[in-house]
Amino acid sequence: MSRKRTLRRALYTLSPWLATIGFFVIWEVGCRVLNVPPFILPTPSAAVAALIQYSDGIWLNASHTMITTLAGFALAVAFGIALGVVVGASPLLYRALNPLLIGFNSIPKVAMVPILVLWFGIGTVPAILTAFLVAFFPITVNVATGIATMEPELRDVLRSLGASKADILLRVGLPRSMPYFFASLKIAITLAFVGAVISETVASNVGIGYLMMSASATFRVPLVFAALLVIAAMGILMYAVAAYFERHFTGWATRSETG
Amino acid sequence: MHVTARTEKPADARFVHVHGASLDYGEDGEGFLALKDMSLDIGRGEFAAVVGPSGCGKSTLMKLISGLTPRSAGEVEVNGADVTRPLKIVGMAFQNPALLPWRTVLENVLLPIQVVRPHRSDYRVNKAPFIERARALLAKVGLAGVEERYGWQLSGGMQQRVSLCRALIHEPEILLLDEPFGALDAFTREELWGVLQDLWCERGFTVLLVTHDLPEAVFLADRVHVISNRPGRVIYTTDIDLPRPRTQEVCFTPRFVEYVHELRSHISQARQVI
Repeated sequence: MSRKRTLRRALYTLSPWLATIGFFVIWEVGCRVLNVPPFILPTPSAAVAALIQYSDGIWLNASHTMITTLAGFALAVAFGIALGVVVGASPLLYRALNPLLIGFNSIPKVAMVPILVLWFGIGTVPAILTAFLVAFFPITVNVATGIATMEPELRDVLRSLGASKADILLRVGLPRSMPYFFASLKIAITLAFVGAVISETVASNVGIGYLMMSASATFRVPLVFAALLVIAAMGILMYAVAAYFERHFTGWATRSETG
Repeated sequence: MHVTARTEKPADARFVHVHGASLDYGEDGEGFLALKDMSLDIGRGEFAAVVGPSGCGKSTLMKLISGLTPRSAGEVEVNGADVTRPLKIVGMAFQNPALLPWRTVLENVLLPIQVVRPHRSDYRVNKAPFIERARALLAKVGLAGVEERYGWQLSGGMQQRVSLCRALIHEPEILLLDEPFGALDAFTREELWGVLQDLWCERGFTVLLVTHDLPEAVFLADRVHVISNRPGRVIYTTDIDLPRPRTQEVCFTPRFVEYVHELRSHISQARQVI
């Protein structure tokens, strides 16, 4: 009875690892059994082999992509919060800017890359800006939502104390939007990766996106997949960091344990 | 123990003065009258209750007096001054305790201190006396020992006590209560009646209690006003002449029951008046 429960708990704890390992096992076995040629879909072991073989180049490009992503992400956080506060605190601006924001967010950002290249030339700057453009929107929307959904009673309480709009924003609006903000960071950081890699793929001569493009041009497909694995790993890492900050700063928002 | 009515100077009888006030929601002609020709006086230190069918504009009256919502017509005066913008001498509590979940109980109670002038600057310089005051108030409502807990870790009744403390910490002259005990179970509610009565007896602030619970109004108030269906106006007023401090026992006296019956019959009337 209790052994069964221990087993179930262990299964629950290990499930992410089991699922990930299972995924790669199926991939590996599938490729071998079906005899898929490595230039179509290499096995994960071949990808890992390429990863080791080209580790110097991958490391160089990956760290470049990481810096690009973080720069775009930092811009997105700063701009996203500022716009979110403005839009969330003013119903007028919320209404006025809504169509613009939605319209802008609907544009595939890959379509912006050529324009950015036109303005800033090929290289890191368009990649940073693409990461920024992709990532700021969820931050803005979440911060604005957190501020705009303030309980009307709280607003009344504060107004009846003579609180200014800035007071209300500072004491209630911003703190209560923090869980929304941290939740959006997890989305934004992964989106920033997408933006940076897309831009590098299209218009750069450095970065993991560029590495993938040049590898596939020379049919080094295992290297392409090695790069994909690295991107995925970096994404998971950054997500974990964002999730850690979320738990650390807004633990009160997860009110499961009542004392 | 019989406590005689508070001695009032004539000017204080109209500490809160509402006369012929109306409120029209919605601008473009499709007017939605929430209040019409509302007249009501509350003396300084009086405990007034307003009862009426739901949606009759009871809460609107509260917002009018607090200055949160400007009236469309008529007079609203508090302490002889026309109310044109949010008053700063009021404390408010609602059915929803609306505590800030990221603040401890103590920090929640201190919120008004951090906002209201001149306390906010004093608080920045020297926090200790205010923290002491908050602790004392919490202890008075039976919440000693939970200061460092979070609101969401407390029961509904305890949260409402915190909400009361937050409404009173800056020692407002008027306490506005909008169905503060509406979401609580009967026992907790009656317990809180006692807590509120004690605070009021001790501090002598003026109260406007909005409720649909008739025994609650009779138990707590000096005077009860019945408001008609929308558009709301006062259709009946009665003084509650029961000795204070009132205890749970009073609820079973014939006088008490009579008051409740009387109000009940006027409410039934109020629901028909359109």
